[in-house]
Amino acid sequence: MLSSAATSITVVLIVFFLFIEGAGVFTKKPIEEGFLLAVHSTNPIQKLEPSQVKDIFDQKITNWKQLGGKNEPIVLFRTEDITEFYSEAELGENFEHFPAKIDEYVSKTPGVIAFFSDKYKAKNFHGKELEINKIKIFEFLSGEEWFPTAQPIAQMGVKALIYGTLWVSFGAILLALPIGLAAAIYLSEIARKRTRNILKPLIELLAGIPSVVYGFFGLVVIVPLIQSVFGLPVGETGLAGSIVLAIMALPTIITISEDAMRTTPRAMKEASLALGASHWQTIYKVTIPYSASGITAGAILGIGRAIGETMAVLMVTGNAAIIPHTLLAPLRTIPATIAAELGEAANGGLHYQSLFALGCILFLITFCINMLVELVTNRGSHKKH
Amino acid sequence: MHKIESKNINFYYGETQALHDVSLSMKENTVTALIGPSGCGKSTYLRLLNRMNDLIDNTNLTGSILIDGQDIYAKNTNVDDLRKNVGMVFQKPNPFPKSIFENVAYGLKVNGITDKKIIEERVITSIEQVALWGEVKDKLKKSAFELSGGQQQRLCIARALAIQPSILLMDEPTSALDPISTSKIEELIYELKNKYTIVIVTHNMQQAGRVSDTTAFFYMGELIEYDKTKTIFTKPSQKQTEDYITGRFG
Repeated sequence: MLSSAATSITVVLIVFFLFIEGAGVFTKKPIEEGFLLAVHSTNPIQKLEPSQVKDIFDQKITNWKQLGGKNEPIVLFRTEDITEFYSEAELGENFEHFPAKIDEYVSKTPGVIAFFSDKYKAKNFHGKELEINKIKIFEFLSGEEWFPTAQPIAQMGVKALIYGTLWVSFGAILLALPIGLAAAIYLSEIARKRTRNILKPLIELLAGIPSVVYGFFGLVVIVPLIQSVFGLPVGETGLAGSIVLAIMALPTIITISEDAMRTTPRAMKEASLALGASHWQTIYKVTIPYSASGITAGAILGIGRAIGETMAVLMVTGNAAIIPHTLLAPLRTIPATIAAELGEAANGGLHYQSLFALGCILFLITFCINMLVELVTNRGSHKKH
Repeated sequence: MHKIESKNINFYYGETQALHDVSLSMKENTVTALIGPSGCGKSTYLRLLNRMNDLIDNTNLTGSILIDGQDIYAKNTNVDDLRKNVGMVFQKPNPFPKSIFENVAYGLKVNGITDKKIIEERVITSIEQVALWGEVKDKLKKSAFELSGGQQQRLCIARALAIQPSILLMDEPTSALDPISTSKIEELIYELKNKYTIVIVTHNMQQAGRVSDTTAFFYMGELIEYDKTKTIFTKPSQKQTEDYITGRFG
């Protein structure tokens, strides 16, 4: 009673902490702290969306009129560009004239957009500071680019990461389900008792191998294999991740489906056999339908494991945050992103919080999956009575 | 010629011998009751006749069982075909978690009959044969679990009859049923006798007396006495049989 209360409280606290930190992403401006964006004082633009800023600096937007301003070509300016316009002597030995020169340059260039540090902002700055909108949840979820440390503006699109996660998991389950089901059928219906007593602990042992070892195995064996079989430039692909995850999900799928199949009442199997049905007919007409809910639960729990897996996937998928179009492309999953980037993200910063927001998304996905398991197993047990 | 002929059967579960030198033959279109106290081997014997004991690991059989003159334990015997010819009804009603119709059609479908018309015909005939048609004709699509225990057992008999066996094995078919359902099943057995050779295991002396033509008394894995039912119940030749029938033990 006490321990279960303590467990529940801990879980609630962790989830609460996760969401509080994750929500921080949506309350901050996606510009690095201590930096600002400024335009010429006569420029009518007041506010820009993060994505617009990015397009400007990527030179996809080249004229202010595209943003509803004057017909004026956009001139990009970053702090380091100042040396193109002024000599080192003019800037001063210790860059003491930096603020004044930046101010001067911005004032005389009507189409400018300047990105520089707060400390170079002149006291009576003549330009106009731009306001940047906060990241919206929709943008966060649908954005296709993940450059959380990009300058001048961080790109927090997690679509590629969500896709990466789902692709790898889907591929894994596609591989693991038929193999797992076949193994479960063999163990519960065909293997002799002695064979089963040897094989089952071995399979359960698979679940106990540390995931980094699976990752290592994938890196050394599967990745080169994929590279040579498909003739790819690199073998670190979604497929490699799927294969490693499939191996990791197998013990879950096999043990749960096998347990479910073994609960098929003997009377049902005997009834089928006594009617002249063959062993195989009995397996797929009686045993599998009867244990369908258990098999589904095993498969979904297997997916759950695959979605949350970090280390092995991190090691073999190539970690390119792009939307994968085939399983033979590198991709990056949510857990791998969190593991790889959390160490580099400044505590409490935007990047840090965005990783927590990713954690929230992952939590919601696995939560839904577990709910699905509950639903399926409950419906299954209901049906049998 | 006898329909079923077993000679010198010894049967072992691992180290334990369950049947000792049992020889027993049954004529076509008769009902044979197997009686005896629990653990005497009567169910084991019954399950040898459709090779149901094959499902149990680590068993061993010596002796021979012939059905229609064919050794059913010969190497070239197709077990699935044997079981089509030798239907079985179990102690507890065990319908599949399917509709009433699908339960009876199951045996036909697994035996490769795909013609819907034939399936429907046979299902209806079989359900009529067990006198269940009037009770279920409006709910063939409903789950078999909605039927009462007695109806379920009759459905299981219909399911066995649908594949047109010539022998019907019944393993205590009424032990889980109330007296009314029991008497319905007994009437049914009496009618089915004209078409099928029936072997029934029962714990109920009166039932054995009512439905069977011949009775075999098993004790401790041995066949003690086998004779016409009338003789067994009125003038048994063995003392053990008499003691059991009169209720002095068992």
